[in-house]
Amino acid sequence: MSYNVDEKGYYGQFGGAYIPEMLYPNVEELRQQYLKIMAEPDFKAEFDQLLKDYVGRPSPLYFAKRLSEKYNTKIYLKREDLNHTGAHKINNTIGQILVAKKLGKKRIIAETGAGQHGVATATVCALMGLECIVYMGEIDIARQAPNVARMKMLGAEVRAALSGSRTLKDATNEAIRDWINNPVDTHYIIGSAIGPHPYPDMVTRFQSVISEEIKWQLKEKEGRENPDYVVACIGGGSNAAGTFYHFLHEPEVGIVAVEAAGKGVNSGHSAATSKLGKVGIIHGCKTLLMQTPDGQITEPYSISAGLDYPGVGPMHAHLAETGRAEFFSVTDDEAMKAGLELCKLEGIIPAIESSHALAVLNDKKFKPEDVVVICLSGRGDKDLNTYIDYFKY
Amino acid sequence: MNRIEQKLQEDKKILSIYFSAGFPNLNDTASMIQELEKNGVDLIEIGLPFSDPLADGPTIQASSTAALQNGMTTQILFDQLKDIRKTVSIPLIIMGYFNPMLQYGVEAFCQKCAEIGIDGLIIPDLPVAVYAEEYKAIFDKYGLINIFLITPQTSDERIRFIDSVSSGFIYMVSSASVTGSSAGFGNVQEDYFKRIADMNLKNPQIVGFGINNAETFNQATQYAKGAIIGSAFIKHLSEEGSGKIADFVKTVR
Repeated sequence: MSYNVDEKGYYGQFGGAYIPEMLYPNVEELRQQYLKIMAEPDFKAEFDQLLKDYVGRPSPLYFAKRLSEKYNTKIYLKREDLNHTGAHKINNTIGQILVAKKLGKKRIIAETGAGQHGVATATVCALMGLECIVYMGEIDIARQAPNVARMKMLGAEVRAALSGSRTLKDATNEAIRDWINNPVDTHYIIGSAIGPHPYPDMVTRFQSVISEEIKWQLKEKEGRENPDYVVACIGGGSNAAGTFYHFLHEPEVGIVAVEAAGKGVNSGHSAATSKLGKVGIIHGCKTLLMQTPDGQITEPYSISAGLDYPGVGPMHAHLAETGRAEFFSVTDDEAMKAGLELCKLEGIIPAIESSHALAVLNDKKFKPEDVVVICLSGRGDKDLNTYIDYFKY
Repeated sequence: MNRIEQKLQEDKKILSIYFSAGFPNLNDTASMIQELEKNGVDLIEIGLPFSDPLADGPTIQASSTAALQNGMTTQILFDQLKDIRKTVSIPLIIMGYFNPMLQYGVEAFCQKCAEIGIDGLIIPDLPVAVYAEEYKAIFDKYGLINIFLITPQTSDERIRFIDSVSSGFIYMVSSASVTGSSAGFGNVQEDYFKRIADMNLKNPQIVGFGINNAETFNQATQYAKGAIIGSAFIKHLSEEGSGKIADFVKTVR
């Protein structure tokens, strides 16, 4: 079975491009061009050079000795938190800004929830001298003030999404509306492995540098390319898509996806889409999403702003449906504890999103000889206020 | 012949009105439709509200959200429309996003529409290709027309393709925008209207987006068979309530 996108833009029954006709020319142009552009030698050279010199790749694959001792297994952390701007998001924005330039676009729009993708987009727009507009829910603007300031310092305009629940879902709606209103000169940099085809595949390919590096780094350290497990947290699923990509068709590698259970899967305050979602259409793709029986999209909840998305990328919906990936869900409390544990044991303050991936160590028993690679997708600086409130430091 | 096709054969410019079902009040739907017909409206688009209406501007978003807060659901809308054909004879179209239809079940949804006497659907986020491959047979079985959109950015080649798979009419989006923009029509729209008229498509065109008064209605229908008013009508409902529909229709023609 293939876990990659097929020629029609689907992963099994998931994916596609459910977009209004107004977006058809842009999405179609992207669909026809993205693989060609990504294969051009000068594109690859510029992308690789920026990842190396600007982002600081390769990111280390770090053997976490004390964490490994505690859980009696061999744990490696893929240190995406050490990237420029503090998370994996920049891998994708570097790629997409270069695509946008190739397409002759002059204006960049993006959506953001916690602000990490917004910052990563504002950063590459500054780098390339392109106009940047970031849509962010009014509520998120209030609770993520430092990232709003960072975007503004980088020259971006931050526009408040005032509709609906005024969070990530609505910021995405507003960005799509902007693209409808500005169809000629604008490129929309989607931050996760979601949206109409080809976005999920394009974002996955740009993020796949994560698993590409894991392979050769692990070969150096363990003498083999394939770990026994790869683990990543999932909201829309971009860091997970990148972490899993080169292992999808290696049957000996177990794939572990960790969703945010919020206050508990059945508490009514959760973002565990694979458990609570049903097949539907959100933001241009068919996937699993949280909705009412009447098909209205509902508002998810997680302590982590990067995981509270009501859908999940179509590739992941397919991995869940086929059983290729094992899905876990981790509560706010479990994630916060796991985050603090990493601080104490390894001297690393993780993003709360990444803390969800770490928390799976309590839920899944690994064997002592297992090699487990966990994607540490971001650093915790942006979450200090949440950590401080939670632990009363 | 479907009521939409019949209506479009009449020698007149078609005025179509859109409203969000369940707004301003949950149970306005049937009386609103009756009132619009009585005042000479030719065709009605009944909006099935959705939580995330991507192609809509602030006015229709707000009416859609209010309708949902009023308790509107797909089933309630069908119940409200159960006896509508006893009193109303103009064509009725349901316009809505695809997810609520998918959850109701596309076949069940179409069957219900046929039972009620709905003539067609407009589903902005259901692409032509997916419709043709997966759903056309169901629509045909229940005698429903699916209306497709074109925009100023749609290539001639694609317009020809959409025309070839369409029946009823083509929904011509006036400008690159979400619903409810009110900048009026300039040379760009004029050229676009003319370009489409010159293509001699097999289906008549009805212009939507940005029609808000007699002036824009007349500009649009100089080239096209008719025009659709949505946001401007909803604005009127927000300000005046559902009691003064006649006043609004008079401002257009």
